[in-house]
Amino acid sequence: MAPKVPPQPTLEQSTSAVDAGHGHHHAHEAPPKGIMRWLLTTNHKEIGSMYLIFSLIMFFIGGIFALVVRLELFQPGLQFVNPEFFNQMTTMHGLIMVFAAVMPAFTGLANWMIPLQIGAPDMALPRLNNFSFWLLPVAFGLLLSTLLMPGGGPNFGWTFYAPLSTTYAPPSTTFFILSLHIAGISSILGAINIIATILNMRAPGMRMMDMPLFVWTWLITSFLLIAVMPVLAGVITMMLMDINFGTSFFNAAGGGDPVLFQHLFWFFGHPEVYIMILPAFGIVSAIIPAFARKRLFGYASMVYATAAIAILSFMVWGHHMFVVGMPLAGQLFFMYATMLIAVPTGVKVFNWVATLFRGSISFEPPMLFALAFVVLFTIGGFSGLMLAIAPADFQYHDTYFVVAHFHYVLVPGAVFAIMAGVYYWLPKWTGHYPNVRLAQWHFWLSVIGVNLTFFPMHFSGLAGMPRRIPDYALQFADFNFVSSLGAFLFGFSQLLFVAVIILCVRGGKKAPAQAWGEFADDLEWSVPSPAPLHTFETPPTFQRPAH
Amino acid sequence: MTQSDREIRQAGVRRTIWRSVAALVGMFAFAFALVPLYDVFCRVTGINGAVDTTAQSIVHEEVDESRMVTVQFITRNGSGLPWRMEVETRQVRMHPGQTTEVHFTFSNQSGGESWGRAVPGVSPATATRHVRKVSCFCFEEQKLQAGERLELPLVFQLARDLPPEVNTVTLVYTLYPVEGKSEPLQTAGAQNKEGEEA
Repeated sequence: MAPKVPPQPTLEQSTSAVDAGHGHHHAHEAPPKGIMRWLLTTNHKEIGSMYLIFSLIMFFIGGIFALVVRLELFQPGLQFVNPEFFNQMTTMHGLIMVFAAVMPAFTGLANWMIPLQIGAPDMALPRLNNFSFWLLPVAFGLLLSTLLMPGGGPNFGWTFYAPLSTTYAPPSTTFFILSLHIAGISSILGAINIIATILNMRAPGMRMMDMPLFVWTWLITSFLLIAVMPVLAGVITMMLMDINFGTSFFNAAGGGDPVLFQHLFWFFGHPEVYIMILPAFGIVSAIIPAFARKRLFGYASMVYATAAIAILSFMVWGHHMFVVGMPLAGQLFFMYATMLIAVPTGVKVFNWVATLFRGSISFEPPMLFALAFVVLFTIGGFSGLMLAIAPADFQYHDTYFVVAHFHYVLVPGAVFAIMAGVYYWLPKWTGHYPNVRLAQWHFWLSVIGVNLTFFPMHFSGLAGMPRRIPDYALQFADFNFVSSLGAFLFGFSQLLFVAVIILCVRGGKKAPAQAWGEFADDLEWSVPSPAPLHTFETPPTFQRPAH
Repeated sequence: MTQSDREIRQAGVRRTIWRSVAALVGMFAFAFALVPLYDVFCRVTGINGAVDTTAQSIVHEEVDESRMVTVQFITRNGSGLPWRMEVETRQVRMHPGQTTEVHFTFSNQSGGESWGRAVPGVSPATATRHVRKVSCFCFEEQKLQAGERLELPLVFQLARDLPPEVNTVTLVYTLYPVEGKSEPLQTAGAQNKEGEEA
């Protein structure tokens, strides 16, 4: 495999993907031709498309890494890769999926949809928007290139605990730090842009409590990004100094403390997992009412629950560190604080179910993914509650139970929500409905694949199988066999997703402006499908729907 | 949209940016401020087994003869220092308030002189603040010539207010090299004498 990704394919594919989205230009000056158009564009729709295509490419690259891992774990013993490369694969899979696939996908959706949903002509800072996108291919080109460097790429897990990532790290770690810095700057600039857009660019008459929930959840996510990405930048700067300049932030020999690394990392890392799930809540909160043909139940409580989750996320980082030798009082605090998060999350799940209750439900592709999200994300939430119990966590820590938990919240959670959002907004982007039959195949193969992959991991984890090890004891062979089959099924069925998108860009059933009926009535559905390149140049008058 | 509306919007965007940038800079500084804060927090609370590495004077309090506490010693070698560290006894039984002396031997097994430092830790963390070290080799860096062997004392007390649920206290010493050290601040011999005086 050649993991280095030049930005070229991004450009070519984005051209074909977006061209269909805006056949007719306004009286604006003609955009530059060819590659320069994509390098210089400041249009939120074009940048949004580039983000989404970049994220899709990275989703496949990270997916290939995951399949290398699953291939090796198909049978006990070492068959295909050596343990050093296995470690690089687990690490790169995590880093790419978190920072290059899920986060840019949500940013892409935000770029496309937030200006449309609040009736703004574009993002508040269009040129900054272009810059924050183009940092991403640079960052992840650099990160992937470390795999080809002497000593290999990062091999210390996506959490890069010191001293694994400092004293014992491969020489390429400095490049890893640089690439994470660049990706972090990109996220921060994106977050500033989104906050500035939402706070200042809303259509006249739209109050904060009138905003669609996708906008609300992204506003809160942006605040989380601004609060924790600088902490990540600080941590990796300390690592950089420990590696290259002889400081001892995390080196016990020089008076530092490796446990400090874990505190700092998880102070970033726990809000980070909510950065990856809050926008998903927003997408699902738009889709469920549209296809249940009812107003969303409990709009205000959804907003407050999102804010509560965000605030609590700063107080629970210690639950990742129960086994470091934390005092009892600390364990109790983090245990109860973590369990408290189940309350606002429960409010959300309750509201979605209450919206479905007595609804007139139909099962279009976006709704299928949204319903699977509610069910499977809740399973991930419950295993999270199990992990929150400090004494039980001593058993579960660093086993496949943890892997099962966070994959349930991230794959059928965040990734399914992104796919639901893509199916939901494709008619607005392309002017065509996605092919229903293919989308159904994609959905069912994905659901079966995801559950085959990750459900057995609960059992192998409870039985004590450790994560991040290329070999395992014989008693775990059956569970791993099923997991690997499921992973290949899930991985290859994503090709159907690409097929649906390409077919939808090329043609298909024509979609009207309000493509999903009268209950999908946020402002984006008031512009024609496909959305023209420039929308809302004169602000729309916002009319409050009768709730 | 009128010109003045647009100006108001521009001003709003600018205000948002400045506030966000201020928050960013603040959080970046906060991450670095956490390093000393963490250190202070651990020392004040005794969490993490971080002990005071300055000598304390003996407190002549009454020895609590009704209570026996086991104190265990563990010595470990961090990587990169060709020294051996041994302790004369792995375990002592003592009363809270009693002053005890234990000898540790350091030997340099390499062919050149080197500097090392033993970094202490205490477990359980709740006992940390009640271990009172009067003299410890861990307060200073040591220098050993090639093949040199050195015996250094640890003189300490357990305070009488040691929490009642603590029956065993473990003191861990991990040897680390002191890198880039050419100008000796104090020779290990002088340190030894100081230890004997105490």
